[in-house]
Amino acid sequence: MRPHPSDAVPFGDHRQEAGRRTSAEKPDGALVMSGTVERGNFNLEADLVAAPGEVLGVLGPNGAGKTTLLRALSGLDALSSGSIRLGALTLDDTATDTFVPAERRPVGFVFQDYRLFPHLDVRDNVAYAPRVQGAGRRQARVAADTWLERFDLTDLATRRPREISGGQAQKVALARALAAEPRFLLLDEPLSALDAKTRVDVREQLRSHLEQFPGPVLIITHDPLEALIMADRLLVIENGRVVQQGTPAQVARQPVTQYIAQLVGLNLYTGALDPATRHVYLDDGGTFTVTFNDHDPAASAEAGLSRHRVLVGLRPSAITIHTAQPTHASPRNVWKGTVAALEQLADRVRVQVDAAPPALVDVTPAAVADLALQPGTGVWLSAKATETEAYPDPGSRRGS
Amino acid sequence: MPALLATLFLLVPLAGLLVRAPWRGLPHILADSQVLDALRLSLVCASAATAASLVFGVPLAWVLARSQARGITLLRALVTLPLVLPPVVGGVALLLAFGRQGILGRLLDAWTGITLPFTTAGVIVAETFVAMPFLVITVEGAFRAADRGFEEAAATLGASRLTVFRTVTIPLIAPSLLAGAVLCWARALGEFGATITFAGNFPGRTQTMPLAVYVALESNPEAAVALSLVLLVVSIAVLAGLRDRWLSTGAVA
Repeated sequence: MRPHPSDAVPFGDHRQEAGRRTSAEKPDGALVMSGTVERGNFNLEADLVAAPGEVLGVLGPNGAGKTTLLRALSGLDALSSGSIRLGALTLDDTATDTFVPAERRPVGFVFQDYRLFPHLDVRDNVAYAPRVQGAGRRQARVAADTWLERFDLTDLATRRPREISGGQAQKVALARALAAEPRFLLLDEPLSALDAKTRVDVREQLRSHLEQFPGPVLIITHDPLEALIMADRLLVIENGRVVQQGTPAQVARQPVTQYIAQLVGLNLYTGALDPATRHVYLDDGGTFTVTFNDHDPAASAEAGLSRHRVLVGLRPSAITIHTAQPTHASPRNVWKGTVAALEQLADRVRVQVDAAPPALVDVTPAAVADLALQPGTGVWLSAKATETEAYPDPGSRRGS
Repeated sequence: MPALLATLFLLVPLAGLLVRAPWRGLPHILADSQVLDALRLSLVCASAATAASLVFGVPLAWVLARSQARGITLLRALVTLPLVLPPVVGGVALLLAFGRQGILGRLLDAWTGITLPFTTAGVIVAETFVAMPFLVITVEGAFRAADRGFEEAAATLGASRLTVFRTVTIPLIAPSLLAGAVLCWARALGEFGATITFAGNFPGRTQTMPLAVYVALESNPEAAVALSLVLLVVSIAVLAGLRDRWLSTGAVA
């Protein structure tokens, strides 16, 4: 384990400005935001808590408001209403007219395009924060060298940003942000500028660096795998609203919107549940017999199931394709459709079936041959009730 | 064919200058004390005007590029007016403003006893008036094109606005700043109309190279050609120096 940066750097605290540090606050505070940001016609509304040491993955489609969120947290933009706190420290509060600008927030920001200063070499990029915060030139370089060593970048110290690779630039950007000794860290799609091969290596290194960071971390991504690997918890934003929060496992198992379902590769259906018969009458047509966790007090308390609006998640590999109507003893959902398209994935074929409800089904290439599947083929689909899990639809409570 | 004519039209006079140049007597003519005075005065005044333009013009360019205020478009048009204004008109305007009886000149005279017209300082004022807009528009364009992302990155690293400007913005636009300064310097060096109107034509005090050329043409044509040759060489040097930066006007080199 790496020591806290201030143990290693000889001039641990050169942030004397107001706002950076006050004696009353706890050393490690949670980042708490509750508020809205307006940018032209776009409006972001978010409530979130990131605990010290926690990596919160922010997922969402393009234009959902992920970057807007990070800009508000960093102080590059101000909230339109609400507040942002770090522990006992107020960073933004429209009620009391408090706003700590970016240069006085204890923030580390790794930008999507890294934004390494092109006129400075790698060492001076990393030395920038200590330097502008009052360290002497030599002192700042010593601090920078410590970080370069930690990130295995010493050999690149005298290179300009345009002379290093994307993966190296990503590390320099993180080292530069950490050299400011931030108390919370924001990363905007830190791996999206890298090619696929580099991404795997850098992702692993980034994960271990983030694990060692003692404060809250928010990392934006639209790569589900990246989110699942890096994040302790996920926050999904769509159209400027937080639509789901939870552990990666929860989000992957019970996605609440089509966007998340697509990311994690699930068929997602909405419908009305009759708890007595365990039948869900699907909005897209058809009826499923489902299982649901009626022992979970949280689920009932949230009133999702009692209000009858539910979501049903179904894995493409949990559906079976038949060319004749199947007969089974176990409770199954069986419905009829037509093959619309076939797509070769790594080791299987994804079959898109037009039906009520429509479904994506994963089968083996052998099955495609055996069943002579092709667009237009009439098929029967079946899925065990135990694979068909219903859970409350939070969207129904918002009336959307 | 018109293109050829245009080319000839532009190049023949310059060639004529080279052909008619009194090459043999050149060192002798240039060693003349009055010529040296004019040369020295030109260099000093053009450099001072450029320095003044940098000190006042760069902040102005920044405001023009970054201000969201209404009326900024009008301000931009007004401050770049000297680009198209006949320099003589500029000289008259300067006289009316800073002359001994001018609006500001009177106050300046009353409070400090300083008068600008017909002094070396007056030459610098006239050259700055005419040349500063060249610096301002060049640098403004660079500020406009400069990637604000770097400034944001600097802010998140704890740099105040002034520090960001000094350590990030200025270095990023350095090529354009240099180009603007050279352009401004070259324009100041060749300034004639505003200078002769506002500062007069006193050898050793306000007689710069262009004025010396004009005067010499009547009394000593050979000297006029020799002086013109010097200015031509300077122009070519400026052009060569600017070519790379001027033709590729990226904000980041």
